[in-house]
Amino acid sequence: MSKIVKIVSLIILNPIIIFGLYIISHGHLTPGGGFQGGVIIASAVVLILIAFENNIRLSKWLFRLFESLGLIFFIVLALPGIFKNTFFYNFLAQTNGIFLGRTIHFGINPGYLNSAGVIPLMNLAVGIEVASALSLVIILMIKKYD
Amino acid sequence: MTDKNKKHSRKKAFHESKASLWVKTASLTILSIFFVSIIFFVHPFGRPEAVEMDDYFIKNAQRQTGSNNVVSGIVFDYRGLDTLGEATILFAAVLGISLISIRKKFFIDR
Repeated sequence: MSKIVKIVSLIILNPIIIFGLYIISHGHLTPGGGFQGGVIIASAVVLILIAFENNIRLSKWLFRLFESLGLIFFIVLALPGIFKNTFFYNFLAQTNGIFLGRTIHFGINPGYLNSAGVIPLMNLAVGIEVASALSLVIILMIKKYD
Repeated sequence: MTDKNKKHSRKKAFHESKASLWVKTASLTILSIFFVSIIFFVHPFGRPEAVEMDDYFIKNAQRQTGSNNVVSGIVFDYRGLDTLGEATILFAAVLGISLISIRKKFFIDR
């Protein structure tokens, strides 16, 4: 692509990634969540791949590592619930603790970030997994085999 | 021998014959009648039949999971195993695509 497209895509790259991280981190308060935020971050990678046609080389092993780590993190977060009740039991929520354990009652509230137990961490895990997986798909498909 | 075989193979296939046209038109008309008639028998919007589970989630999701977003609470807490399956499907899809690219590199080019 032309020089204008390259520079504008580099300027716009950081706001897109920050918006995706915001959607992921506020998944338990506002519409959105891990999957949607991950897709937004993957779209930033796709923008860079399209703007710098084949002159940029993204390391594939990093995306593979992060994809596997996201899935492992998701399962590891689900496991400790076994000791309390069942698999996927939300063992941090509504315990009045400091870390993500603020008690929430039924009704309107301003929206506290440290509220929903395991759910924000699971959002983060799914977001990492989806972002790296979708960008890996595009990287593998856009590559030309010579 | 070869000429006879060729003549046998040159027999008209079913998708080129006139009978297939009738089959296509008949199936299309039946399908269109079905889809058009379903518009008048569809359930009214905003009045679900199974209300008990919806009411339970709306009343208790915020108190039990602690998340203001009820959808997020259902997806990651009540139906966590479902989300695990979804993530596994995405993982398997990426695994298949990377396997195809590796095969192209090592087997076809040889």
